[in-house]
Formats: sequence, C-alpha cells, structure tokens
Amino acid sequence: MDIFAIQLVNGLSYGFLLFIITCGLSLTFGIMGVLNLAHGSLYMVGAYLALTVTRDIAPSFWAALVIAPILVAVISLIIEFVLLRPTYRLGHLSQVLMTFGLAYIIHDVVRMIWGASIQSLNMPPELSGSVELFGQVFPVYRLAVVGFGLAVAVVLWLLQEKTRWGAIIRAGLTNKEMVSGLGINIKLVFSVVFAIGGLLAGIGGVAAGPVLGLYPSMEFEVLILALVILVVGGLGSIAGTLLASLLVGILDTFGRVMFPEISLIIIFGIMAVVLIVKPTGLLGKQVH
Amino acid sequence: MKKFKLAVAFLLITSMALVAACGGSGSKSGGSSPAPSQQAGGSSAPQQSQAPATSGVVKIGALLPYSGVYTSLGENLTRGLELYFDQVNWTAGGKKIELIKEDEGNDPQAALTKLRKLVDSDKIDVLTGPVSTAVAYALRDEVDSRQIPFLVSHAGGNDLTRSRRSDFIWRSSFSSWQIGASMGKYAYDNISKEVFLAAADYAFGREVSAAFKEAFEAAGGKIVGEVYPPLGSNDFASYLTEIRSKNPPAVYAFFAGSDAVRFVQQYEQYGLKGKIQLIGSGWLNAEDVRPAQGMAPVGIIATQFWDYSLDTPENKAFVEAYEKKYGERPSLESLEGYDAGRIIVEAINSLNGDVSDKRKLSEAIGKVEFTSPRGPFKFDQETHHVIQKLYVFETYDAGGKTENRLVAEVGEFRDPGQ
Repeated sequence: MDIFAIQLVNGLSYGFLLFIITCGLSLTFGIMGVLNLAHGSLYMVGAYLALTVTRDIAPSFWAALVIAPILVAVISLIIEFVLLRPTYRLGHLSQVLMTFGLAYIIHDVVRMIWGASIQSLNMPPELSGSVELFGQVFPVYRLAVVGFGLAVAVVLWLLQEKTRWGAIIRAGLTNKEMVSGLGINIKLVFSVVFAIGGLLAGIGGVAAGPVLGLYPSMEFEVLILALVILVVGGLGSIAGTLLASLLVGILDTFGRVMFPEISLIIIFGIMAVVLIVKPTGLLGKQVH
Repeated sequence: MKKFKLAVAFLLITSMALVAACGGSGSKSGGSSPAPSQQAGGSSAPQQSQAPATSGVVKIGALLPYSGVYTSLGENLTRGLELYFDQVNWTAGGKKIELIKEDEGNDPQAALTKLRKLVDSDKIDVLTGPVSTAVAYALRDEVDSRQIPFLVSHAGGNDLTRSRRSDFIWRSSFSSWQIGASMGKYAYDNISKEVFLAAADYAFGREVSAAFKEAFEAAGGKIVGEVYPPLGSNDFASYLTEIRSKNPPAVYAFFAGSDAVRFVQQYEQYGLKGKIQLIGSGWLNAEDVRPAQGMAPVGIIATQFWDYSLDTPENKAFVEAYEKKYGERPSLESLEGYDAGRIIVEAINSLNGDVSDKRKLSEAIGKVEFTSPRGPFKFDQETHHVIQKLYVFETYDAGGKTENRLVAEVGEFRDPGQ
C-alpha cells in the first residue's frame, strides 16, 4: 500500500512537471492556432540560460527562475514579430514547417554556445533535501514541483477566466474579426500570447532542468511528450492539458513498474485510445 | 471542425517526423577534414584513379558521430586521433596522413552511404569509427566484401568480434562482455552476495548486464531483481522506489550519458545512496558525466579499462599532452581515439608505408602491440578483439568536486569469442 502511495506521488510529480513544460504550447495553440514546434527549443533555451545565470550572473536558482524565462519571452516576442507574423495568412502548414526548421536552428545554436556535453542545473539548496513519505525517502524538489505546477495552473486559469485580458483572448479565439472590429489590436494580443507561451516554456526549462538535465536533443524528447499531452488533453484547453499531464505522468510511472516490457509505448497507447474514443481529446472544445 | 482535423493530422505527421529525427538525423555532411594539404606528396591529382600506394599520402577515413546525441563522443574520439597524428607530425610509413571525417549520424543506412563515399570517391586506405554498434553492424558486410581494413574504435556490441567477425575488422575499444564480466567476481568477493540489476533497455545495456549476471552468478552470487528502464528515461523515480522497497545490499547499474547523470542524481535524491551500494560500469561515473552529477556519484564503484586517474607514465604523458592541446580533460573516448591513431600509424609504419595490399594492412593492424595509457595493449588473433586489463575505480569527494581513484585491478579480460 505504501509503495502504491509513493508511486502515486511519483506519478503526480512527474505529471506536474510535464504540465509546467506543456502548458505554454497548449496556450499558444489554443489561442493562436499556432502549433509551435519550437516550443521544446524555447524550453531548452530557458534551461541553458538558467545554467548561465546560476554560473556567471547570480548564483541562485531563484534568480534564474525569474531571469531566464523573461529572456525566453523576449526571444519569443522577436520570433513572433519577425518570423511568425508573415505566416498567419499562410495557414498551419507553413507555421509547422517554420517552427520545425527553427527548432533545428536553435538546436545547433545552443550546441555552439553551450557545447554538446551533458550539464546539469543545481537545485536550490532549500529544496535539495529529502523527506520521509510513506516510509520512503522522497526528494523535496519533486514535492515543490507539484506545488509549483498547481500554482501555474491556478494563475493561468485566473488569467484566462477572470481578467479583461483573458476575456479578450477568449473572444479572439472565437471570432478574430469581431474582436478587431471592437477596436482591439488582435495582432498585439497574438504577440503577447506567444510571449507568454515562451515565458512558460522558459519556466518549464528552469523547473525541469534539475530533474531532467541539459543536453543536446533534450528539446525533441520533451516536444514529443508535449505533443502527446496536447492531443490527449484536447487542443487549446488548459484544464485538459493539466488532466492529460497528470494522466500520462501517473500511467507512465505505474506502467514502468507493472508492465516494463511495454513501458515505452504506454503514453503513445494512451494517445491512440483517446484519439479513437474521443477524437477531440479529453476536454477538447470543438473549434470552428 | 475542419481546422481541428487538420491540426490533428499535423500533430501526427510532425510527431512521426520527430521520432524519425530523433532516431538519427539525416544526411548532414560531416565536411572534409582540415588535414594537412598534400603538397608534400608531390602528386598533383591525388583524387584520381591512381592506386593510393603510388601517391605519397595515406588516407584514413573516420566515420564518427558529428551530429545527434553522440556528438560529444565523436568530438572526443576525433580529438584523441588528431592528438596522436600531431605527435607523429601527420606522417606514417614516410607518407603524409590525410584524415577524412564523415558523420555516422547514428543512422546505419546513412552511415553505409558515407562509407561508400569514403571508399569510392575518397579512396581511403583504412577506416576507423563508429560509436554506434548498429552502425558498425551495418558497415560490416560492405567492409568485409570490399576488403577495407577497419579499426573499430568505440562500438562495443559483442557480435562484431564473435559471430560477425571479419578478416578486415579489428576492435581496439572494448566489448560489452568485457565491461560486464569484469565486475562479476569482484562484486561477489568484495561487495555483496546479492545484487539488484538496473540497465538501460537497449542492446548494449542488455549485453553488459547479461555479462555481469553470468559472471556474478558463476562466482556464486544471486541476482535479486532486475529492471530495464528505456534508453533516455526522463524519470527513474518509479524504478528507484521499486529498488528501495526490495532493499538489496547493492545495485549494479549500466547507464551512460544523460541517463547516467539522471540515474545517479536521482539515486541520491531518493535516499538509496549510502544505504544501497551502487556499482556498475565506468560510464556511470565517467570523466565526462561526473561534472554534471555534482556530488551524487561519490561512493560509486565501477569497472572500466581506463580512467583519467590511472597513475602510469604513459597515461600521465597522454593526459598532459591532451590538456595542453585542448585545455580540457580527456574522456574515455579521447583515449580510444588516441589509441586508434597509434595502432593505424604503427601498422602503416610496419609496412613502410606500402598500404596497397589491404589484407597485409589488416594483418599489420592485428600485430600492433604497445603500452597504451590504459595499460598493455594487444589484439586477440582469434577474435580480432583487444585483450586488456580492467580496473575497479571508486568515486570520492575531492573537496567540492568528485574524482575517481583506482581501487583494484581485476586482471586481463579476453573476450570468449562466442
């Protein structure tokens, strides 16, 4: 029983980590309809920037958690402004190709700057200990990730449902022309949303850095997981993304212990089942 | 709805593309080498159909990863190779060495294409590389039928010098069997009679752990449990919880690269360190992963055929020269590259530079014997695989960083060849 409980906590913590990484992708796709395949790359840039911050600028994880995501948001803003804007009228395929190409460019740039060897982001000393939980040792950082993931979810929900900005964003999703007809600069809305997506990717990179490590091609591993979660949760639904992250995190954790032979395909299995049973995803809305 | 369907289709297509991309990045050109130009050779058209022996150049093809997950291994192998060539002024048997580098890309099919390019248009005399065992297997038949002397400088799959051995293939690095088997008896005698096995779930991880299991059980030990996390596991939490609940006296682990960093760090975070002795192969606490692991690897006991800390005159000279040239410590792969360079050069020296007879060149490679930074080096004439000493190293706290030290020599290991 204790083992079951601790594995559940493992799964939850992994799930929340996946949520922190994925929510930015879900946000930009849900609101802008842009599938940003460079999301994983922004995540990677966030992690590496955090490494530079903790090493050379301010030797504190907390400073990195603030500075690195903001820098990533600025980079995202530039990407949106320069590269993404011309593609809005061209449709999904050109955005997918553009961001995918961008992912490869960022991959090589990161390798040139930070090198190809594996690096690791240090945990904040306050969170680097372990606690006793159900008779097992459990790292504090993993518990903090659960709390942090919850906080991110609540903030996103409040932002989207309770603020004027959220109302504009939701209106923009339903009918762009009407929103701009009401005198709202929809282009600006898009830029801000994309920057927030980048900010969240950066936060994901910093938060996941101490757990998952930093190395070339880390972004593609994360991108695949994020895409699976996006499909499972339903496109454009933050609540769906949260639910899917937790589902994938928990099932993956239990699957690895109980069915090790098929553990590799478990999450793709979940995706396939969801696509067959409920093609819009668990909490997906029908987007017209 | 239409938009939605479209989006799902894109998602699927792109995820497939990504999976493919991760498996091995396509046909990026490795570019040719900055090797010294051939002005010394005096032959104005070295690329043309003349037999290589009549020109004053020997061409060495290096098929190594310059992109993808193994990039840093490829870079270090190349650095070791070039360091040795520097030391002999880029000459072998009185001829100028020309090094032609191609990217193996961790893709067997693409690597085969690169091999054909190296053979057909570059007309290489000898081939060295690759890192991936899958690539090595893919090259094997082509190398064998076209009679290219091939010095395998990293890939460790057992079968390359067993059922799939070739007259033209020699391996100077290691086999999975050597790595795994070397810990078996030592662990039983010195660490524990019962061990839990954890290894990355791919051919090499399986081969190493199987070899350890065989040797450990032969010594009288008992394997009390096994887990095989997928290669590139993000999160070892569930496995570590499983191990912790079984509470074995020791864990034998095979993980490398980013897996080794995460496994060793999480091993500490989940409270196994200090309670359950962690042993394994030397990739767990290798020179190039320890800086990223922080203090977590302290106390790991692992076997390997070389370590930075080996206190021999040969190793000291190698380390010093390497650090002088590149400003950083050599890794295991740097040493592999350095030794591969030496073997090729000495083979060509022994033929006085006449590399026209490929069979003779291959035989000459097999005869090379010397004292390497790793210890005495010679080939097994039967299997074409290196016979070498293996060592036990322990990681210790060297004041804010970690170092490895030699604990024991476990003797010479000769691959059984079947």
